[in-house]
Amino acid sequence: MTEAMQKDDINASKPKKCNEMTGAEVLLQVLVDQSVDIIFGYPGGAVLPIYDVLFKQKKIRHILTRHEQAAVHAAEAYARSTGKVGVVLVTSGPGATNTVTGLVDALMDSIPIVCISGQVFRNLIGNDAFQEADTVGITRAATKFNYLVKDTQKLAQKLHEAFYIARTGRPGPVLIDIPKDIMIEKAPYVKKSKVEPYPSYKPKVMPDENAVFKAIEAMKKAKRPLFYIGGGIINAGKKASDSFKKLVELTDFPVTSTLMGLGAFPGTDEHSLGMLGMHGTYEANMATHDCDVLIALGTRFDDRVTGNVKHFSPNSLKIHADIDPSQINKIILIDVPIIGDVAKIIELMVQFWEKEGKQSEQKKDLKNWWKQIDEWRSVECLKYNQDKAPGSIVKPQHAIHSLYKAIRKRKLDAYITTEVGQHQMWAAQYYLFDSPNRFMTSGGLGTMGYGLPAAVGTQIAHPDNLVIDVAGEASTMMNIQELATIKQYRLPVKIFILNNHYMGMVRQWQELIHGGRYSESYSESLPDFVKLAESFGIKGLRVKTIDDLDKIIDEMLDEKGSILVDIIVQQEENCFPMIPAGAAHNQMILGPSKK
Amino acid sequence: MTHHLKKKLLSNSIEEKDKYVKAVFSLIVENESGVLSRVIGLLSGRGYNIESLTVAPVNKDEKKSRINILTSGTPMVINQIKEQLSRQVPVYHVVNLCEQNSYVARELALIKVVSKGNERTEALNLADAFRAQVVDASIDSLVFELTGKTEKINAFVDLLRPLGLVELSRTGIAAIGRGCRTIY
Repeated sequence: MTEAMQKDDINASKPKKCNEMTGAEVLLQVLVDQSVDIIFGYPGGAVLPIYDVLFKQKKIRHILTRHEQAAVHAAEAYARSTGKVGVVLVTSGPGATNTVTGLVDALMDSIPIVCISGQVFRNLIGNDAFQEADTVGITRAATKFNYLVKDTQKLAQKLHEAFYIARTGRPGPVLIDIPKDIMIEKAPYVKKSKVEPYPSYKPKVMPDENAVFKAIEAMKKAKRPLFYIGGGIINAGKKASDSFKKLVELTDFPVTSTLMGLGAFPGTDEHSLGMLGMHGTYEANMATHDCDVLIALGTRFDDRVTGNVKHFSPNSLKIHADIDPSQINKIILIDVPIIGDVAKIIELMVQFWEKEGKQSEQKKDLKNWWKQIDEWRSVECLKYNQDKAPGSIVKPQHAIHSLYKAIRKRKLDAYITTEVGQHQMWAAQYYLFDSPNRFMTSGGLGTMGYGLPAAVGTQIAHPDNLVIDVAGEASTMMNIQELATIKQYRLPVKIFILNNHYMGMVRQWQELIHGGRYSESYSESLPDFVKLAESFGIKGLRVKTIDDLDKIIDEMLDEKGSILVDIIVQQEENCFPMIPAGAAHNQMILGPSKK
Repeated sequence: MTHHLKKKLLSNSIEEKDKYVKAVFSLIVENESGVLSRVIGLLSGRGYNIESLTVAPVNKDEKKSRINILTSGTPMVINQIKEQLSRQVPVYHVVNLCEQNSYVARELALIKVVSKGNERTEALNLADAFRAQVVDASIDSLVFELTGKTEKINAFVDLLRPLGLVELSRTGIAAIGRGCRTIY
């Protein structure tokens, strides 16, 4: 054992020799070696040896959520808001099966997670033992990779590999299933630097310069270019966002972003057209439809973005840069594919563009393109009519817009999480993110109940920043138990509920597509959220009318501790603009104030 | 992606794009438990069809196995299958042998025939013509072993059906490219 290792030993007071460590101690030492300081979890029979070692050390802080699904969402938000790997620790059987939704959520949104699950003793596997489940079988399609450790000798290696696989290439969740007897047995410790990367796993990081050059050639000739950016830029780190800003400055091209990409490019920049897709802005969708060169960076042409693929951006040359080769030509045929780390690709684009520069001809073309975009912008697709008369009911758009304005006025560096549904889309439309890693939302899987545990994970990572869960009342109910976690760790999380007594997005589709038959979408028998918060020892406030809104937002932002604000909003408000199923981007429906 | 496939993908002709083509994928994978489930799960989970599948270790020292998958789909789907298989952590190489100039594919079948008299004689004659081996015989039963292309086995099986074929066991294809090129 080297001196450095002794210093970092999880049990520094009584340093142990490598061969004297138990499997559980090896696990904790791997976490220390991987610079993990926070894990989210829930104990149970099969992981008691690990919890026992956790109890005896101070290097790793364990955050006890009140449900294993919430532990994964908290770890996801921790990862998304910091760029680090999120770590989860759960027990066998129900502990592991409860993580499945969180794991799939992380898989769809490319979030690096290492989930460690306990398993029954090796000699009991396959015997239908108490709290036994085929965890690797169940989570195979829910993870980037998973592994059942059967050999104590391999424990350290497999755990280090898990971190490497989770954070490299296209990031994702990795689950390592550890039988309880392996945690108790003596196990050798292997340092991170001594572990060979998994031999068959070699993600392509360096892009082909010729492909980037081809892209630049097309971009130079473009008359109506458009950047379409996604979460890949955020995953590629702050430097990717920074060089992208530079690229936009150089090219003067407009930018539209997916839900996952919001914040990768400043939403308040004049080049930003906002989000595209089903609930994207009029200008973003019209530009997507009419552009002649579409430059897709770190994104995957999700169906919520493309709508009807036959009519998606029909006349454009398409450039697609992504680290995952399977995303190229999956949905939309690509003319110039570039495979590699999007940060490096953007860097190269900046380099090549600086060398060549834009032609004077293109300046004129771009001027016309921007003129066209300004015309689309003048439609003001996000405008809503809020009745300001005393006693008026708050519109949900107005609640989020007011929240945004209040936060900007105070110049706060805020982190926003959301649940899933109408409020999520309104948050994406009315809250403009200027920095990456500030918006934590369930994009691909659309997991209701994501926001509250995500706020826990975000606040743990950023204890001094403002963290707000923008929520709907139906989603909040799905992981409401996390109020206890918030209370236990005294997290100053703010919960901003837009309460319309409906599963709003379901209701909206039923109104528009199913003849107004609101089958099961009414939020019946809701709790009194203010009293509920109070019962958890959290302050609760209610906004009944427009008169209280700004005052209570201020009160919420002034509050040092956690606070839940229940805002009664207009029940039948719909989220617009909207591209109906099967329609093209230029056939979107605008809100009632535009008809 | 090969130039050939790309041309097909970008082709404007709807027929080319929507036409089902055959693909023979050969994969070299880590010989570890769960890898086969990961590969099969991926194909079924994404709605791709598997016509046949064979798997066996090919290098015990390096812990490598080879999986051969016979499938079909539109050129876009075939390309997706290849990329989705390639991105799996325990997969070393994926090659669609149909994209290579030419390859050899063979399968083995064990065929049980229960018959007497003329039918039995006729079955033995056909076996002779197809170069099938008799690997088990009793007074009223025969088991033939036949190796060859899928089409040849299909033909033999069809001929034996009216002659007392009662049970059939086939391996699915093992395939390898012609010439000195390897898939790794």
